This record gives sequence, C-alpha cells and structure tokens, in this order.
Amino acid sequence: MLQDKDRIFKNLYGLHSWRLPAARARGAWDGTKDMIARGHGAVIEEVKASGLRGRGGAGFPTGLKWSFMPKDDPRPSYLAVNADESEPGTCKDREIMRHDPHLLIEGAMLAAFAMRAHTAYIYIRGEFIAEREILEAAVAEAYEAKLVGKNNVNGWDFDIYVSHGAGAYICGEETAMLESLEGKKGQPRLKPPFPANCGLYGAPTTVNNVETIASVPDIMRRGATWFAALGKPNNTGTKLYCISGHVNEPCTVEEEMGIPLRELIDTYAGGVRGGWDNLLAVIPGGSSVPCLPADLCSDLTMDFDALKALDTGLGTAGIIVMDKSTDIVRAIARISYFYKHESCGQCTPCREGTGWMWRVLERMANGQAEKREIDMLFEVSKQVEGHTICALGDAAAWPIQGLIRHFRHVIEERIDAGATKPISPSVPVAAE
Amino acid sequence: MPKIIIDDIEYDVPDGITLIQACELAGVEIPRFCFHERLSIAGNCRMCLVEVVGMPKPVASCAMSVNDLRPGLDGTPPTINTKSETTRRAQEGTLEFLLVNHPLDCPICDQGGECDLQDQAMAYGFDEGRFKDNKRAVEDKYLGPLIKTSMTRCIHCTRCVRFMTEVAGVQELGAIGRGEDMEITTYLERGLHSNLSANVVDLCPVGALTSKPYAFQARPWELTKTQSIDVMDAVGSSIRVDSRGKEVMRILPRINDAVNEEWLSDKARYIWDGLRTQRLDRPYMRKDGKLTPCNWDEAFAAIADRLKSSSGAKFGAIAGDLAAAEEMFALKMLAERLGSPNMDCRQAGAKFDPSLGRATYVFNTSIAGIEEADALLLVGCDPQIEAPVLNARIRKRWKQLEGHFPVGVIGADVDLTYPYVKLGAGPETLAEVASGKNGFAKTLKDAKKPMVVLGQAAFARPDGYEILALGARIVTERGAIDEGWNGFNVLHTAAARVAGLDLGFVPGEKGLDTGRMVKAAGTGELDVLYLLGADEIDVAALGDAFVIYQGSHGDKGAHRADVILPGAAFTEKEGTYVNTEGRAQMTARAIFPPGEAREDWTILRDLAKALGKPLDFETLRELRAKMYGAAPQLARLDTLEPADAGPIVKLASHAVAPEDSPFGLSIADYYLSNPIARASAIMASLSAMHADEEKATGTDG
Repeated sequence: MLQDKDRIFKNLYGLHSWRLPAARARGAWDGTKDMIARGHGAVIEEVKASGLRGRGGAGFPTGLKWSFMPKDDPRPSYLAVNADESEPGTCKDREIMRHDPHLLIEGAMLAAFAMRAHTAYIYIRGEFIAEREILEAAVAEAYEAKLVGKNNVNGWDFDIYVSHGAGAYICGEETAMLESLEGKKGQPRLKPPFPANCGLYGAPTTVNNVETIASVPDIMRRGATWFAALGKPNNTGTKLYCISGHVNEPCTVEEEMGIPLRELIDTYAGGVRGGWDNLLAVIPGGSSVPCLPADLCSDLTMDFDALKALDTGLGTAGIIVMDKSTDIVRAIARISYFYKHESCGQCTPCREGTGWMWRVLERMANGQAEKREIDMLFEVSKQVEGHTICALGDAAAWPIQGLIRHFRHVIEERIDAGATKPISPSVPVAAE
Repeated sequence: MPKIIIDDIEYDVPDGITLIQACELAGVEIPRFCFHERLSIAGNCRMCLVEVVGMPKPVASCAMSVNDLRPGLDGTPPTINTKSETTRRAQEGTLEFLLVNHPLDCPICDQGGECDLQDQAMAYGFDEGRFKDNKRAVEDKYLGPLIKTSMTRCIHCTRCVRFMTEVAGVQELGAIGRGEDMEITTYLERGLHSNLSANVVDLCPVGALTSKPYAFQARPWELTKTQSIDVMDAVGSSIRVDSRGKEVMRILPRINDAVNEEWLSDKARYIWDGLRTQRLDRPYMRKDGKLTPCNWDEAFAAIADRLKSSSGAKFGAIAGDLAAAEEMFALKMLAERLGSPNMDCRQAGAKFDPSLGRATYVFNTSIAGIEEADALLLVGCDPQIEAPVLNARIRKRWKQLEGHFPVGVIGADVDLTYPYVKLGAGPETLAEVASGKNGFAKTLKDAKKPMVVLGQAAFARPDGYEILALGARIVTERGAIDEGWNGFNVLHTAAARVAGLDLGFVPGEKGLDTGRMVKAAGTGELDVLYLLGADEIDVAALGDAFVIYQGSHGDKGAHRADVILPGAAFTEKEGTYVNTEGRAQMTARAIFPPGEAREDWTILRDLAKALGKPLDFETLRELRAKMYGAAPQLARLDTLEPADAGPIVKLASHAVAPEDSPFGLSIADYYLSNPIARASAIMASLSAMHADEEKATGTDG
C-alpha cells in the first residue's frame, strides 16, 4: 500500500486549496530553478531512469519520447499537454486540474525545458469548464509570481497557453489534438511523420498526458530511484486509478503500479456491490480495453505488462466494475455506440465498421441475431483493428473482442431466448 | 536510391516516392480511392494497405515513403508483399466496409462502367456482402448546374475537397459531421464558384459526383472516343471528345503534363450542348432583305455576282477566334488572289505585329515553365477567367514555393485564388516598373527566373504597341531573358490567334485592320466583308457592305450576313490550332458537320473555283504542304520550340508614350465569349448563376 509520504498528488481530493501558496506549501515549485540548472539532458536522463511510462493509455516510456525531439532545429519546439480526458470510466486528469494545477504547470515547464521548448499548450476537454477556469487562474498565478513567462525566476523562458476543445473524443488522439489546436477539424494525421518531427504548426512537438507531466516535478525533486523503487520493474511509480461502476464507494485514488485489483477495490472503493463473489467482469483501463471476467480478476495486478498478458491493457486505469446484475452484452453495445458516435469519419474501416458493429451488437443485446453473426462480428472487429489511421478503430474493436472472447455463452443464450420471440426482420430500404 | 523488395523482386526506386508509386514502377497495381498523384495525400480510404515485413500492421502504401522503411535486421531491403494473406485480408476488409453503406444502384448510376469502386470490388472484393442492416441515406447537395450529386454513394475519399482547396483554390467544399454522419458539402447550398469545378466529376471515384448535363445520356461503352484539342481558350487543353452517332455526348480532359496536366476548364468541358444548337446546317442568301435557304452553287454565284462589280481593294476578311490555321491560310490566299491587303485575325484589335518576330506574341516561358518561375507580373490579364487551367498552374507554383512567390498585378481587380500585390491600374504603373521606380521592379530584378504576362486587355487599345514595348523593356531590363529562360509572355484568349499571326493573317501593305475595316464597311469604302467565324465585331456598324459569313453557328455575324456558308465546328474537322505558348496542335474529327455544312477549307477552295480564281491546292494534304511552307512551325505538332528572344530586346528600345487610361478586362462574360458558348444552354445557366451571385448581398438566402 502506498504510504502518504510517497504520494505525488497530495491534494487529490481537494481538501486543501489549489492556489499557489497552498501548492507551494505542498512542495510545488520547490527547487525548480535548480532542476533546470542541471541541464536539458539531465532532466531527460532522470525521467528515463525513473521508468515513467506515459499515463495516457499507451504506456510509452516518457524519457525516451522526449529524447526523440531534435536538438538543434531552426524551428521552435512545442510541448502539447493532452488534457482532453474523455475516455469513459476515467477521471484522473480532471482531479489534477481541479485540485493540483500547479503540479501540471511546473511539470509542463520541466518537460518543455527538457525538449528545448519555450512554449506549451494545454488542450483541455471542452466540457471541463470549471477545471479550465481553475487551470487558467493557476496559469495566471504562475505568471504573476514570475514562475513562468519571459525572464522568469526559474531561468528558462516559457509560455503556457490553455486551449480547449469543443467536446469531441477524437481530439484526445494526439495528432487530432494538434489539428484542433491549429483550429482545424479534429481528425488524426497520418504517421509518419511523427509529431516529434513535424507536429504543431509543422514544428517538433511532444504530446504528453496530464498525469505524466504532473508526475515529473516529484520525480525530479525526489530522484528517479525513489520513483523506480515504487511499483514493479518496468511498471514503476504511482498511478491514479479511477474506480467506478458497481462498487460501494467509487473513487479516484493514487496507488503503486502493480497493486492487485482486488486489494484496490476492497481497500479504496468499499468492495464490489454485493461482495466479491457478485463480480461479473471488470474493464480495467477505460472503455476501450477488453473486459475481463471475474475469474481472471482475483489475482490480477494492475500494471501494463500483467494486463497485456491477458490480452487487455492498463489504458488509463479507469476501472469499470460490473456485478452480476449487469447485462454485459448491452453494456458493450453501449460502449460500441459511443465509438460509433465519436468516430471522426475520416478513414473507412472506422467510419463504416463502428456503425456496423454497433448495429449487430444492438441486435444481439435484443436477442435478434443469428449465432453465426458472432463469428462474423469478431471478424469485422479484426478488420477494423489495425487498419485505421489512429487507434480509435482499435479502441472500438477491443471491447467487442473481449466480450466475444469471454462472454460468448451469454450472447448465445440471448439469441436462443430471442429465437422464441418473434423477430421483426430488418426492412429492406431502396438505395436512393 | 533506396532498395526495396516488392513481391520477392528487388528494385532500386527513386528517393522520396511513396510505396504505391514504387509498386506502380514495378508494375504492381495497388487498389486505391483517395490517392491521386496531383493532390495531397489523405490516406483515408485504406484501400491501399499492404503488408510490410516487420511492421505490426499493414501500411497505407500511398502515405508511406520508401525512405521511411527500415531494412530487415539481417540487412535485407524493406520487403513489401502485395499479394500476401495480410494484404489481401486488409483490402477485402476495406472494400467490404466501403460497400456497407454504398447503395447497390449500379444499374441506375451514371458512373457505371467507369467506376473505381465497381472495378475494384470485382478485383479485390468478396463475392457477397455480410452487412444485413439498413444502409445510410444522405441528402443530395446542390453544387451548381454542372455537378449532379448523389451523396448516398459517397465513400468520403475527399478527393473533391482536396481538389477544390488545393488546385482550384476555392475553399467551398468540405466535410461536416463525424463518423457515419460525415457529409461532403458546400454547407451554403450554392454552386461552386470556380471555373475548374467540374474536374471533381472526373476525380470522384464513385457516382457521388457526376455530370449534371450528361446525366442519363449515355453509357461509357457506347461512346466513340476521339482525342482532340480544346479551343475555348488559348491554352489548347488536351481533350477527349466522346461521341455517339452524330452527337458529341461529352468532353473530358486528357493527361498532358505540358499543357493542362489533367484538368479542364468548365467551359471547355460543357460546351458540347452548344455544338448541337443554333447550327448553320445549309447555305443561306439574303433575298428581299430576308435570309432564305439556298444551295451551295447559288450561294457561290451570289458572291461571284457581287464581287464582279467590286475590286480587290474593296474586299476585306476577318478571321474569328475559333478558326483553324487551314481555313485562315486558304482565306488569306483567296484575299491575295482578289488583290486585297485587307485582312485581320485580331478581332479585338490587339496590336501584335508578326513581322517583329514570334517571341513578341507568344507565351515564351511555356506553361510548364511556370513551375520554374520565382516572380510574376501580370499586366492587363485575369488568368483565372482567360485561362483557368493556366491559372491553376500559377497557383501550383505558388503552393510549391509555400507562398513565397511574389505576384504583382497591373490592371483591374481580379480574384486569382492566390494572393497578389496590386501595383496599379494602368500604363503609368507599368512605366514605373520599367524605369525601376516601382518597388516590384526590384522584386523582378532579384528573382532568378521572373515572368511577365501581358494580357489582351493591355493590347486591345490604341497604345497597345507601346504597352508591348514597355513589357519588353521590363523583361529585358529586369533580367527576365537569359540563357534558357524567356520571361516575356503574352496570354491570348482566342485559340485561333497565334496561328493567325504565324500565318501573317494581318493587314498587308496599306491594308486595313479590323477596326478600320468595320469603319470602312460602314462608310461604303469597303464593298465586301468576309467573316470567317468572326462574331465579336460590331456587326451593326457594317453599313451596306455585302457580308459573307462562314462559320458553324447562327450568331451575330450570321444574322447580319448576306450569304451564309455553313462550316464545321472544331469537333467536326481536323484543324491546326496554335496555343498561346506557340505549340501547334491538331483537333480530330469526332463527328460530321450537320446537314450540308462542310469542312471550312473545302468551302474556300470551292468558292475560289466559283470565282474563277482557283487556289493552288486540291486536297488538305496539298493545302498543308503550302501552309507549312509559309509557316514551318505549324508542321511541328505537339512540340514547342523556344522563339528567338532577339525581337523582344529590339522592341524594348522603342520609344514609348502610352496613354494613361487603366487596363480593363478582356472578357466581359467568360461563359458567353464565343459563338459556340452563346449557343450553349449550360453556359447560359452558368452565366446566369454567376450574375445572380454578383447581385447577391451576402445576407439573402
């Protein structure tokens, strides 16, 4: 269990003020100047040594990502902080921006310094209005205290801007976010070129998640060894877990990486509704990762590698708990509808596939399908996965694959039950 | 040169090309919808996915550069498998997705027979669809009188959006909505405001955007395809004339990188309905003040009768904008036989003098040469109207230089689709640039390959010759003439003009030019006026002169005529045309002239015989042999030889005193600028649409 002294987000629940003096009392902006004095390379090396992996879902090593930024390029470099937290089941970045915004601003400064950027943009989700106001106020405080801006006390000219979206999930995809920042329609870009090479306004850009960036100041202050000692090898440090669904006390909590799922739920979320035996399934990392049935959850540890071994993922660590009262087919159909609704429409497999999959699932949830459609649905999801420009196609396919992998019998039972009911055949409609 | 293995064979491929292009070089076809060589890469259709060994996922071959691939761990070059199971599955999957919401209405779709989706579904798709739910239906959009939409068929490749934005330079098409609900639209439900808009019909890989006037007219396999040349402007775009029986059904562009790449102006594309209406299909002569049908012999006899009581000096000939070199040459011979020096091919009165040398009246830089230029001065021209395809080339250059392409304009305010600096309105600004007083003079001087383009509005005025000389001075003094580079350009608007000048179809010694001929006809100094498709003159001012009109359409000239000799339109004859660059090209006969109308050179040959002054040729071959003797450059079809720049340098020393009235616009209504266009209902509707938009205030509708 994580000890209080090892917590990064000391005001996660908003028990104290988020304002600058209070944040400073908690340690923010302490020794930032000295950290910057250590040089660009030293910051990157420290973050590399800490083993910090990106907290946005993919888990890419942060230090390595920063080292891809060109060192002497005539173009300006940019840091873009992804605060477009829209993944269903996830509410961690929101808490940071609400209650500890100065950690994010300080982290942005250190990260920007590491990659020789003088400018950072924080792209915040459009629906986060209160959070945006707090963040903007915190940025103003930092400017006021000369912590950021031109000729600031920390010795690295640094400007930070808060920009907001208009409520599209896809703008959380890093290149779609850059498009949106540039004022264009939020549609993902083709890669290569990668943002480190050609990102915002065609300049080298690194996109990081809020939690990743907000973890950096403490890593720098306390040292990589402290961070690396927490968690498991290759899955180091602490992590914010968001536990929602059929638990007694839904919450967001900071814990070590690799904590057992059962311990996490029992300790912090008051246990599964109706007891652990009432558990049906868990979606461990936000709506886009495949669900796991209860029997796989008992000994499960929450880290990138352990979840990957079970064909799912840590994602954003948005844990959605479902007890036995859940209609799992309907639940996944609802998730499928979400991806159909949020597909940007740019590339074919996602645009057409998400709608197709949702329609089939919807019928399955009603028992109005045929059993051979289960295999077809799985195949269609495989045709979407990996064939799209961005990862939204994968995100739409995985929950369905998880469902079919683990709950095929439920779908079959539903179809059997549905077969006894009259089925209204889909009405053929003329093409034009 | 990177090495790459495509389907087990190793190739050396050029740097910087994409995988799809590398496969093409290797002769391996990769299916695609969104990729188009002349547009930016979108990578959104996912049809071109191929397996690259070592990559976790199939790669969009249109978007991946050969340089971005890494060799295998053992040093083998990057390996692409275009026939593997992974590739096949990815392509099948994409095609199935595309067909999920695509209506299976091929039997009633105009794209049938030339549909990429149809073809590729045959080649790469499943035999049967598995999608059983209802398909999406999308409301059709209004894109003007040229483009018919059936948006349910759209596969969202965004070629049309990219074309309009990048090539046409008009940001009027876009995609709204998300996911399945994404729609291509103008949003404001108004016609596209570009003279290149109908190219999106060619670009559309499915039947979402089809040709509105051609809707349900024909199937592609019924059509006879004839490769020809467009004459609607002086660019001479390469076209394909599709005909069925005795009618031209449609006109499409052909790829010609030297001239039109693969674009075509809306006017050239949709002129075909004008080829059917208002046609002169039999000879006419005026009897008792009324034009009455007659036969060829009667018409010739009437002319012979009138000429008997006249003299050569009282005979004049004017060639119109659509005349081919052959008939102009024949008419010139006839006029000379009659002893007349009065002839002119410059209907609008532009002051060109072929005796100065060819370089003084052609587009010396060449159209492809625009892509080397690094500064441009436009004088008295609006290429967006006068030569839309050429304007697209300038815009392409502007894009290539990422906007660092200084463009100066002297003349009227125009919309060029790329930014420019308006230097002034008339000759005094031109003189300032020539003398170095204007800031743009330095821009031209600093440029390595500057271009100056002079338009018809600058020449068709009394001081046209002075303007020409000023242009020549700018070019010589600003270093626009150099080894391998000639920046002096004249942009013509009429397809016939350069050939006419090449043939010397201008007043001989003491001969009258167009303006004077019209005046002389009015005062009775000229007895007989021969109009070879010349309609852009003031026919009401011709007084009592005996007017012979030879041409294809019953337009202004024919209404005034005393004898009408029906000729052939450009799709009905083999005629030589020289474009503004000086490139000789030949049209081909796609259909026969209607009724008794004949190819124009035969009319002149037989008329000369009837007049008792036969010309020295009997066949087209003999005529051409004579014509090539007079203007050898006409024989070298489809090639471009740089004209000697010497005359420009000489012209530059000409003392100038131009007037100070500003340059106007040479074309009043782009859609109604010649007899064929005026006979076209499609052109009339376009003209009306644009006229309405000019009246619109922006708050209505």
